[in-house]
Amino acid sequence: MAAEKIGANFKRNMFTENQVLRAILGICSSLAVTNTMRNSLVMGLGVAFVTGLSSLTLSAMRNIIPHRVRMLVQTLVIAVYVIFVDLLLQAYLPDISKQLGPYVGLIITNCIIMGRAEAYAQSNPPLPAMFDGFFAGLGYAMILLMISFIRELLGFGSLFGFQVIHTAPENLWTIMIMPPAAFFIIGSMIWYISARAAKKAAAKAK
Amino acid sequence: MAPNISPFVILVASIFTSNMILSNFLGMCSYLSVSTEYKTANGLGMAVTLVLVLTTAINWPVYHYLIVPSDLVYLQYIIFIMVIAASVQILEMGMDRYTPDLHAKLGIFLPLITVNCAILGVILFMVIRNYNFVQAVVFSFGSGLGWWLAINMLAAIREKLANTKLPPGVKGPAIAFIITGIMAMAFVGFSGIFVIQ
Repeated sequence: MAAEKIGANFKRNMFTENQVLRAILGICSSLAVTNTMRNSLVMGLGVAFVTGLSSLTLSAMRNIIPHRVRMLVQTLVIAVYVIFVDLLLQAYLPDISKQLGPYVGLIITNCIIMGRAEAYAQSNPPLPAMFDGFFAGLGYAMILLMISFIRELLGFGSLFGFQVIHTAPENLWTIMIMPPAAFFIIGSMIWYISARAAKKAAAKAK
Repeated sequence: MAPNISPFVILVASIFTSNMILSNFLGMCSYLSVSTEYKTANGLGMAVTLVLVLTTAINWPVYHYLIVPSDLVYLQYIIFIMVIAASVQILEMGMDRYTPDLHAKLGIFLPLITVNCAILGVILFMVIRNYNFVQAVVFSFGSGLGWWLAINMLAAIREKLANTKLPPGVKGPAIAFIITGIMAMAFVGFSGIFVIQ
């Protein structure tokens, strides 16, 4: 694989091949934590941190890991970084840590991290691998923030906890902070994105 | 220490009011990718339920008699993941040896399940909510049944959907999400019957 420029990598991971919308990876946590923007931001940064560093580590070790046990090694490396994130959150942001609950630990099973490790870090040198992982995490964070923007604005009438819409509580859409809304919003986003991609492909074929 | 909730309430609540997929969003990856055919979805649901009960039953004593006494709580994720991976591996080998029929049916799903977030999720919920052994096992069984129910419903709907005309962009994952959203709305109706937190 030819070395990819950092800018091109950024664009690919953020937009053209966004892990959440195009590859449908990392869905569990992107739905669960998106009822407020603060939680989404923390979760997104946590994932970007873990993806970047685990890609760096795994890429640096890629020549010494026996092929047969690589899944196990990947999981262990990822788990180590997730523990860092978990302890940091518990120490500095205890209330957010409590709200995120089990979902911080579930970063381990977030398929984006494993996917980047398999698809990119395995065949690329450490530094590009780190950027690739970090950008993939940022792309994930961006989607999280977009979903939570809609959900928090309509559900609580606030953004990052600041009240934006001043209205009686019964005028807010409670459904937005409940699970179904998350499914509808992400479904519509995927619908839009894949319809656009299909149109582009059709235009190219002409 | 353990909250005083009867196992029956936990069972019903974990199937309906706090369904693994429809209200906790756990195990979405395999839920979306393996739900195009009813038969395979059914097999996966069965396998998930089996693995959930097994790993929870193993991880509960591991947590309470090994991790907590030796002050290793900060390593809990690594230990849980390793126990899950090991027990799935042993289950697969045992099934291969003693029940080849069942293995032929469920075997392909087992490695996939190791990285299913529903498994780790249930175990972390068990730790956070401080369940005792019976509660934990019942909770994992109910969660598995709830997961099974949800994937079966989605697969059945998607099979019918294969014969209908849809706008091109909505085909595949997008419509699956929207259907899941409608199912989740129906399940919101159950909340209020039982509450577990």
